[in-house]
Amino acid sequence: MGNLTRRSTLGLLGFTALAAPFVKRARAEGGELNIYNWADYIGETTLEDFQSATGISVTYDTYSSSEEMEAKVLAGNTGYDLMDVAGLSLPRFLKAGLFLKLDRSKLPGWKNLDPDVLRIMAGWDPDNAYSVPYMWGSVGFAYNLDMVKERIPDADLASLDLLLKPENASKLADCGISLLDSPTDVFLFILKYMGRDPDKATAADYQAAADAMKPIRQYIRTFDNNNFVNALPNRELCMANSWSGDYSTARARAEEAGITDLHLAYFVPKTGAPAWVDAMCIPSDAKNVENAHTFLDYLLQPEVIAKCSNVTNYANGNLASRPFIDPKILANPAVYPDDATKKLLWAPSPLTDEQSQAITRIWTEMKAG
Amino acid sequence: MMERALPPSRFGQWFNTSGWRTIIIAAPYLWLTAFFFLPFLIVLAISLASNAGTSPPFQFAAEAPYVHADNFRRLISDDLFFRAYIASILNAGLTTALCLLIGYPMALALTRFSRSVRNILLMLVILPFWTSFLLRIYAWIGLMGANSWFNKGLTALYNLITPDAYALRFIPMMNTSFAVVLVMVYCYLPFMILPLYANLEKLDMTLNEAAMDLGSRPFQVFKDVTLPLSVPGIIAGGLLVFIPASGELVIPSLVGNSSTPLIGRVISDQFSYARDWPMAAAVAIALLVLLVGPMMAYTHFESRAQRRPGDDA
Repeated sequence: MGNLTRRSTLGLLGFTALAAPFVKRARAEGGELNIYNWADYIGETTLEDFQSATGISVTYDTYSSSEEMEAKVLAGNTGYDLMDVAGLSLPRFLKAGLFLKLDRSKLPGWKNLDPDVLRIMAGWDPDNAYSVPYMWGSVGFAYNLDMVKERIPDADLASLDLLLKPENASKLADCGISLLDSPTDVFLFILKYMGRDPDKATAADYQAAADAMKPIRQYIRTFDNNNFVNALPNRELCMANSWSGDYSTARARAEEAGITDLHLAYFVPKTGAPAWVDAMCIPSDAKNVENAHTFLDYLLQPEVIAKCSNVTNYANGNLASRPFIDPKILANPAVYPDDATKKLLWAPSPLTDEQSQAITRIWTEMKAG
Repeated sequence: MMERALPPSRFGQWFNTSGWRTIIIAAPYLWLTAFFFLPFLIVLAISLASNAGTSPPFQFAAEAPYVHADNFRRLISDDLFFRAYIASILNAGLTTALCLLIGYPMALALTRFSRSVRNILLMLVILPFWTSFLLRIYAWIGLMGANSWFNKGLTALYNLITPDAYALRFIPMMNTSFAVVLVMVYCYLPFMILPLYANLEKLDMTLNEAAMDLGSRPFQVFKDVTLPLSVPGIIAGGLLVFIPASGELVIPSLVGNSSTPLIGRVISDQFSYARDWPMAAAVAIALLVLLVGPMMAYTHFESRAQRRPGDDA
């Protein structure tokens, strides 16, 4: 930086003041855009860059739980022009007519998308007509390797036997096991482990999954969706059921805190695990549909979305962005699964109302032990 | 007589003494109607509808009477809800009892200090509210964690006084029912102390002196004079703690281990996981009815107490 003299400071201030009316005009010319997305889920400068490139002024709101977002969407009249929705929730919203069909002619960057991710997403949004994949990942287990190996030297970290066999779980109980408080993640991979089809599950199947967890319930310290991100680096857990990106966040937090002798690893159960995709959709009552398309196409640019992945530690759905992604993130199989891991992932089909009721009921019962 | 002195216009009448009184009394009622009673009616209406895949996700029946009580029928037939209500009420009861046991001596001690010291101490009771509720819970999570200095200190103390065979690596505090009650007592204590203090402060010290003169020992004075006179304060503080505690969602989710299904959690699960708004509304309405019962008993009790002569001080 140059020297900050009184003259240069005054000059800067003066020019800023002179330029201000034009900046404002430019913004007004571009119009507005209201976006609703997960907290900490975008590149550091993405919004500012978009604003200066297009003149569209962006209002950016965030949510910290998918329930918060879903309640808002279901209630209607959100006032947003673009929102980030979990793929699994999408069919229900589409059936209720809550989102607009995308105009592909305004999305020339569509060609950059990863066909594998589009295929998973098509399970929830046929022909990918309503959504643009944003970030994606898997459900698995993050381990503190040292603590687990100390107790079970020959542990098979990719096997659910580690959790569901009482002789294993009892050994890990004192170093801490946490599971996601999310029946649509946990019951599904347990059903897969038991060789049942989670997509056609009935109340009896969910009950069977709950029965399989009964003997090890006492060894589970907690069911939690947020705290493990801190508890893992603090060595208060050694086995945490988590979403792929959260594991990388936990590792990043440990590095920030200067903890270097921590060996975390993430594994996807070899019997199969649900994949998740978060996608951007335009609500049907959006007022700035044109600008929403402009932003979507901006996000489809490889450099732009790569910057997002570099901050969030999540894999994005954009194949062309790979050269711009931090090699450390790209090489991490927990974030960017290799082909072998990809084969273990499946896109769960959305639950029917009866399934939702049964799974919620049995889940609550199972947690009570 | 007053009216004749005021301008005769109707507008003026709004702002005479009795007009002002009506406005001031009406304001909280309007507030309650707009932000409590109307939302309550909406929730009640939703609880009588059916779950549907629309936006918003509920639907009323197509023909008269448009509503049905299926959700309430399910509420009664499924023992899960019953157990959740019992667990929540026991949990809230324990929290209230502990708050009373800790808060009563504190409130009583507050009244024994000089006015300037008292203000500082009162300030200290209110001070935690200046920090976000969530932040304070996260502070407890940090303290109770297995590798915190607090837990390590306690563990060292415990290992010092127990034989080696029973030595612990850490004291399991996080994700236990103990943690839930501990944090709930911590968070709700001021709600017990403040109404108790307001009540105890008004008590006439000369009554205590009279009892002493008649030969009562200090504990007898407390038992026969102070305690009976502070019953309204105990009830007010008790309700202020009990009612929010019975619907508590955040504390059990953050520091508990979900082994007991509490009602706040059941409502939240119905709303978000099962996406069954009508069922969630029905559970909430039933909880409200359960809580309004004691509230009405209290109002009844209080109005009877106020009718007693000479209680107007």
